[in-house]
Amino acid sequence: MEIAIIIPLLAAAVQSGTPILYATLGEIFTEKSGVLNLGVEGAMIIGALAGFIVSRYTGSPALGFLMAGFAGALATSIHGVVCLWFRGNQVVSGLALTILGAGLANYLGTSYVGISAPGFKTMAVPLLSSIPVLGPIFFNQDILVYISYFIPPAMYIFFTSSRFGLGLRAAGEYPAAATAAGLNVAAYRWFGIMVGGFFMGLGGAYLSLAYTHLWTTNLTGGRGWIAVALVIFAFWRPGRAVLGAYLFGGIMALQLRLQALGTQLPSSILLMLPYALTVFVLVISSWRKKTSEEPAALGVNLEPVD
Amino acid sequence: MRLLKIMGMIMLSLGFCAASLAAKELKVGFVYVSPIGDAGYSYAHDVGRQAVEAMDGVTTSYVESVPEGADSERVILNMARKGYDVIFATSFGFMDPMLKVAKQFPKIAFLHCSGFKMAENMSNYFGRMYQARYLSGIVAGSMTKSKVIGYVAAFPIPEVIRGINAFTLGVQSVNPEATVRVVWTKTWYDPATEKEAAKSLLDVGADVIAQHQDSPGPQEAAQEKGVYSIGYNSDMSSFAPKAHLTAPVWNWGPYYVKVVEQVKNGTWKAESAWPGLKEGIVGLSPFGPMVPQAVQDKVNKAKANIIGGKKVFSGLVKDQKGNVKIAAGAAATDEELLGMTWFVNGVVGTTQ
Repeated sequence: MEIAIIIPLLAAAVQSGTPILYATLGEIFTEKSGVLNLGVEGAMIIGALAGFIVSRYTGSPALGFLMAGFAGALATSIHGVVCLWFRGNQVVSGLALTILGAGLANYLGTSYVGISAPGFKTMAVPLLSSIPVLGPIFFNQDILVYISYFIPPAMYIFFTSSRFGLGLRAAGEYPAAATAAGLNVAAYRWFGIMVGGFFMGLGGAYLSLAYTHLWTTNLTGGRGWIAVALVIFAFWRPGRAVLGAYLFGGIMALQLRLQALGTQLPSSILLMLPYALTVFVLVISSWRKKTSEEPAALGVNLEPVD
Repeated sequence: MRLLKIMGMIMLSLGFCAASLAAKELKVGFVYVSPIGDAGYSYAHDVGRQAVEAMDGVTTSYVESVPEGADSERVILNMARKGYDVIFATSFGFMDPMLKVAKQFPKIAFLHCSGFKMAENMSNYFGRMYQARYLSGIVAGSMTKSKVIGYVAAFPIPEVIRGINAFTLGVQSVNPEATVRVVWTKTWYDPATEKEAAKSLLDVGADVIAQHQDSPGPQEAAQEKGVYSIGYNSDMSSFAPKAHLTAPVWNWGPYYVKVVEQVKNGTWKAESAWPGLKEGIVGLSPFGPMVPQAVQDKVNKAKANIIGGKKVFSGLVKDQKGNVKIAAGAAATDEELLGMTWFVNGVVGTTQ
């Protein structure tokens, strides 16, 4: 393959990785607080629909994007109610959120299928986009991609250097100790769920406002589940999440381009690649468990206080 | 006074007659696999339904987004129990469920689209979309400069393969050197994946994008890149006004009206119908302003030829390896068309 094919391929890797990146970062944020949320797919699709509807009626994709985040947070707050108030099983609640989200979005979105809404367009960054190779890959994208560049470092600083971030991690590592130290663990976990849901909603909106400018049932197409897997691949580190998301996006873009180039490989094999990769990276990750930053109390509900 | 009374009674009885006539209205039901707002496949069927609705003495209703399989059987059975006279089911996966219900309700006329099974009271029907695709291939072949045309396709099944082949034959009829590159998405309606597939074709130099998908995702990709596109199902120009050359489209109205008319008159018989350009079931959406008159004339001429009996798949046709598939002077039979699993020469891609 010559360079003329590779650069668009890598640019496509960044773009198709971006919705997954938002969702993966959201799930990392939630899991850091000790709550396992398998409802990423549900929060994403609700975000995608909310973003689309707001953008269509207000004509402002930016407002749509923001509202998608709040819709995602609203969706995951259901998970919060179940897990934090009623101490329900986190796995079951997350699965229920996925099904509920898909069903609700399908129902509410029926009349929006097949119409388009104002969305984000590619906007090259002056100067940066003229850097050879890196410019067209990273700086000839839409603004939502640029925003996503800032989140992983911000999240890293938040978790390692801010008092609040350390408290959130304590809630996920050892809630009893955190409680003993006077932290309101439930509040931290609420925060983890809501902010995580916000990012998941943004990931969904990327699909309906930037990647395409359309809404359809099942728009997220399983990307939420990929995000759940990528959290493990990323060892719960925001930086590695970027790597995982772009790797997945890259394989997705690659298999289509291999077809376009006229490969003789059956398309079924090619379409399997991204998912085979997901399984593969999970296996690799489990070998190197030591470097993982999995929260010790992940998925464990808080004990009743009284 | 008496006269008035008599008049009143006549009026009343007339009223009753009208009421009883109204009660005998023919009830026609439609079962769709996707939402009708999708500007695509089910939308096209629903436009056909509206033509039936406009008929006198007929009421219609529809159920959209019905999953193929067990759920569809429940929906069809429900319509049959409610006393519908004619039921149309418009997706391949509704075939066996419909057949099951048809056997229980011999007096109801069942019509299944895109399948191959029949019963005493169940027809199957589909349109010869490949004829319209051939015409759209002429447009694409005339407009391409890079001689590379991209085709975003759903699943490698005979219906889709036949369409790609007909399209390619259309392209080659005006531009023998052009190739058609195929990317399979294994989706019918996934705008994100389908748009990405179109982009991958644009990256390898395609300057016209055609599609056998229900979403306008590929149209958006073409518009953003500033190249041309061919839609599908219905006029997709609103999604890509600068790119959209034309689209092979469905026009179910005439067929649906004909069938319902026959049922009303009691002349309907189950059949296996495969109407095409001639019957007006398939066609092209209006040309975009960028399509020159000369190209439009070529298309119209080819259309007239097909209506006049010329076969799209007539020899000499070779497959990708150069083997003769349809000898010079011969034409493919309907059975061969329905079971087509090979690509014609000039298509780049695999049927797997």
